[in-house]
Amino acid sequence: MSNFSEYIQGYVQGVKSLLIGMRTSMKVFCQKPVTEQYPENRHTTLHIPERHRARLVMVHDEENHHHCVACGICQMACPNDTIKVVSETYEDEDGKKKKRLVRYEYDLGACMFCQLCVNACPHDAIRFSNDFENAVFQREKLYMVLNNEGSSCAPKK
Amino acid sequence: MNNNSFLDYYNIQDLNTAIHEALLSVMPQWLAILLEGLAVGLLIIVLYAVLAIILIYMERKVCARFQCRIGPNRVGGKGGLLQVPADVLKILTKEIISLKGSDRFLYNLAPFLVILASIFTFSCLPWNKGAEILRMNIGIFFVLAASSIGVLGILLAGWSSNSKYTIIGAVRSGAMIISYELSIGLTVLTMVLLSGTMDIQNIVMSQDRMWNIFRGHLPAVAAFIVYLIAGNAEANRGPFDLAEAEQELTAGYHTEYSGMHFGFFYLAEYLNLFITSGIAVTLFLGGWMPLHFPGLDGFNAVMDYIPGVIWFVSKTFLVVFLLMWIRWTFPRLRIDQVLTLEWKYLMPLSLLILLIMTVCVVFGITL
Repeated sequence: MSNFSEYIQGYVQGVKSLLIGMRTSMKVFCQKPVTEQYPENRHTTLHIPERHRARLVMVHDEENHHHCVACGICQMACPNDTIKVVSETYEDEDGKKKKRLVRYEYDLGACMFCQLCVNACPHDAIRFSNDFENAVFQREKLYMVLNNEGSSCAPKK
Repeated sequence: MNNNSFLDYYNIQDLNTAIHEALLSVMPQWLAILLEGLAVGLLIIVLYAVLAIILIYMERKVCARFQCRIGPNRVGGKGGLLQVPADVLKILTKEIISLKGSDRFLYNLAPFLVILASIFTFSCLPWNKGAEILRMNIGIFFVLAASSIGVLGILLAGWSSNSKYTIIGAVRSGAMIISYELSIGLTVLTMVLLSGTMDIQNIVMSQDRMWNIFRGHLPAVAAFIVYLIAGNAEANRGPFDLAEAEQELTAGYHTEYSGMHFGFFYLAEYLNLFITSGIAVTLFLGGWMPLHFPGLDGFNAVMDYIPGVIWFVSKTFLVVFLLMWIRWTFPRLRIDQVLTLEWKYLMPLSLLILLIMTVCVVFGITL
């Protein structure tokens, strides 16, 4: 007898789970498609997820200040030697020796978008942006300098 | 009692007779019949190809929506309407290869057997009043018999290609189809009981008050579900596509076929889907019969103005959509699960349904 009731129970449970599956797929059927029709919707409805890592950029504010203190932690964190921080030392008005950023060199062609540099940065000076249209015909164009012309480190508050 | 004049609104029987008489007036009888036969044959083949194109397009679009995609949308303007015709043209230009070590004769015969079974059953569908192509008093029995030729084609295709993938696919498919034919036979028998006839046109005519699924209430609904599951298995689709399980058998029994020979298998697969749905519609949803409810005369009269062929095709595509919904929802079963489902669950259930239906019919508890 218990065998028979188990059989019936299995029947009912099976039908129930099948119906749940069909309900789920019907919900998906009624959703909007997520396909991006890329070249056509390039300037209209293109949606790139916010966390997509397309290329490294350095954050600059309106006064052309960045937050990089040229500590070089990102350069050390990078597994591919993609980043090269060129810095110089100078003396400020108190006569203290200080380091400042000259060029922040980034090789997009060698980057594997692991985000270790961004995670390592203590000042949130760099981040990954969504500009994904980076294809070029010359390898040299992938060597980029990320700090703007004439930019400087934001003064401490 | 019933006013059945509506059945003749779109009856094309008179047209057929008129054409036949017109032909007879200018030529001998044998020539007239030959010409009519050729015309009907051509019609079947054209309809077959057109329906296959529509079904493949529908499958691709529906599948895409179930996966949050758009589906074909580039070829042929908006909606990718010309994608499937382009695919057909491509497949027509491809070379039909012959294999080393294969049984040449059976290898070439197999696709034709599959397509033959499919066309036989296709010709039995009741499109409209007076628009049946094959009509005999054991129509539904003929459908069951003819559809079994297909499994022969599949087994031959698998065996004659002389490859591991094809033989495994073919044997799986054979085991499955032979098992599921039991459930199909029993559910068809249930509906034959309710209708009291095996003639497909008469089955449709017997549903003029109400469709069978309402007339037979509980057992008919259960039989409908069992028929859909077994029919899906019979068409080698959905969760039962283990005969061509891509991940393990590349393409199953038609792995070694190319060009139009492969095209025939592909065509037959989609048309079998349509035929399964068409037979389900004939048995349970009234074939070309408009939607009728006793008592609602005004409603019934309005429904009668819609031609039968529209009723049939739209109902069939509804069932096709249902089967596609099932296909893109459930994961593929293993062969042992497939056989367990049939022998331990579906077959006892369909026997029970047959018993209940018999009791209902004998004691007149049908609506």
